[in-house]
Amino acid sequence: MDAVSYWPLLGVAVIIIGFGLRANPLLVVTLAGVVTGLAAALPFGDILKALGEGFTHTRTLSLILVLPLAVIGLLERSGLREQAGRWIAGFKQISAGRLMALYLLLRELSAALGLTSLGGHPQMVRPLLAPMAEGAAGRVLGPLSDAERQRLRAMAAATDNVGLFFGEDIFVAFGAVLLMHSFLKENGIDVEPLHIAFWGIPTALCALLIHGCRVLYLDRQLARARAALQEAPRA
Amino acid sequence: MLSIEFFYGLAGVLLLANGVLTALDRAHPRRWPTALFWSLYGLLFLVGGWLPAKLSGALVLAMGLLGGLNLVKSRLQGELDQARRDQGAERLGAKLFWPALAIPGITLVGALGFPWLAGQGLVWVAPKSATLISLGLACLIAFALACRLTRESPLQGLKENARLMDAIGWALLLPQMLATLGILFAHAGIGNAVAALVGQVLPEGVRFWAIVAYAVGMALFTMIMGNAFAAFPVITAGVGIPFLVNQYHGDAAVMAAIGMFSGYCGTLLTPMAANFNMVPAALLELDDRNAVIKAQVPTALLLLTANIALLWWLL
Repeated sequence: MDAVSYWPLLGVAVIIIGFGLRANPLLVVTLAGVVTGLAAALPFGDILKALGEGFTHTRTLSLILVLPLAVIGLLERSGLREQAGRWIAGFKQISAGRLMALYLLLRELSAALGLTSLGGHPQMVRPLLAPMAEGAAGRVLGPLSDAERQRLRAMAAATDNVGLFFGEDIFVAFGAVLLMHSFLKENGIDVEPLHIAFWGIPTALCALLIHGCRVLYLDRQLARARAALQEAPRA
Repeated sequence: MLSIEFFYGLAGVLLLANGVLTALDRAHPRRWPTALFWSLYGLLFLVGGWLPAKLSGALVLAMGLLGGLNLVKSRLQGELDQARRDQGAERLGAKLFWPALAIPGITLVGALGFPWLAGQGLVWVAPKSATLISLGLACLIAFALACRLTRESPLQGLKENARLMDAIGWALLLPQMLATLGILFAHAGIGNAVAALVGQVLPEGVRFWAIVAYAVGMALFTMIMGNAFAAFPVITAGVGIPFLVNQYHGDAAVMAAIGMFSGYCGTLLTPMAANFNMVPAALLELDDRNAVIKAQVPTALLLLTANIALLWWLL
């Protein structure tokens, strides 16, 4: 009676082992695709066909990354990132943490209104948010070390992700809500999309609170790490 | 009517241009494999819709191997001239923000405007991809603005585009490969196997463990698939509906909403969510390619705990 085949899980195993070995992720994913296909007893031609169709159907994923690059690149050549850092450093009240908290709030609100394309890593985080965070932190701490820069940049990218993810499910017309609605309906449970969106609000607030506190705390962490570093040679 | 195909073609030209620029660069450390990678990428964008699926699949496999075996390298080019950039910032000041902010601004206007126009009977763009087409148009307009403002030639723009593409490197292909893997996984019936496994290990009759299994299962399976949309139907059919709804009579809307968000906690934790975690690490030139994930770990774990608590109270 057990008709479930466990063989395709080999593909999952390839991924877990590959990442465990810290192999090149693109290689891991490519091999996992081929292994999964073979484990499911698909002929090699069908695997190639699935790869080709998959690529063609998912071209928008690369499109949104590629299109803004020329604009951002040109502006960077003329000092966009430098200007972003200088501009924010002129505001005495804005620390790196407060800037990211504000961005988190705006990103989550705009995503909740369905405006998910107002942020993003190529067009907002690299040219604007990250340099501004560096500028604000630099105003307090002086010239930043490479490690401090990297930490601020990683946190800026994380803040964009958290704001986007936990805002967008509150918007009724967003794909995720409609996907949940239609999946439940297929399984004989009829729920209004509005209810699903509504019950996303508690988690969205938790995300704002948790990540907001973390970015606000970042200012103090950076200052403390700097103080510890300056103490060390004297001791 | 403007369709998304036009922008696929445009992206294809940009990718192909990077391939040509690489091939012309004699000092490139991995000149030919890198040029081949970008050229194939561009080619698939330009004519991928017309090629037989098997052939484009073979090309995709070749790209996966070129990038996966670390044969794709970025150009050895010095960092941009710092003095020049400071001078530009001095000269142009806050004006530099305008083209950058024009991208989200025009996208927004188009995303709201084109469907409205369509409602008035003016169907200028394919309605299903209004937002993406708006983004494409916004980038074209912003590019013209940027060229004018910085007094640079469009050719220089092409070179800057190639510079940033190089910075991302093979990671640019990863989101698409993962989405394709998701399709293959679904095709091979991975979901049924996982749901069957979870059902077997779940202790019966304890509501708390069913909630934990649902939320944590969603996060873990999302980490494997790189995508909460792929995990949601599997874990909801395998654990959510049979246990949380049928056995414990929970509210399906609460289960779905918080379940999907539990999946998003997994998205924050996995290199498989390449376009959110790996691509930004490359784009921001971070030494540790997992730095973005590491920055997200505390948020994701706290939020997953919060989701379990919320399911316990609200379900």
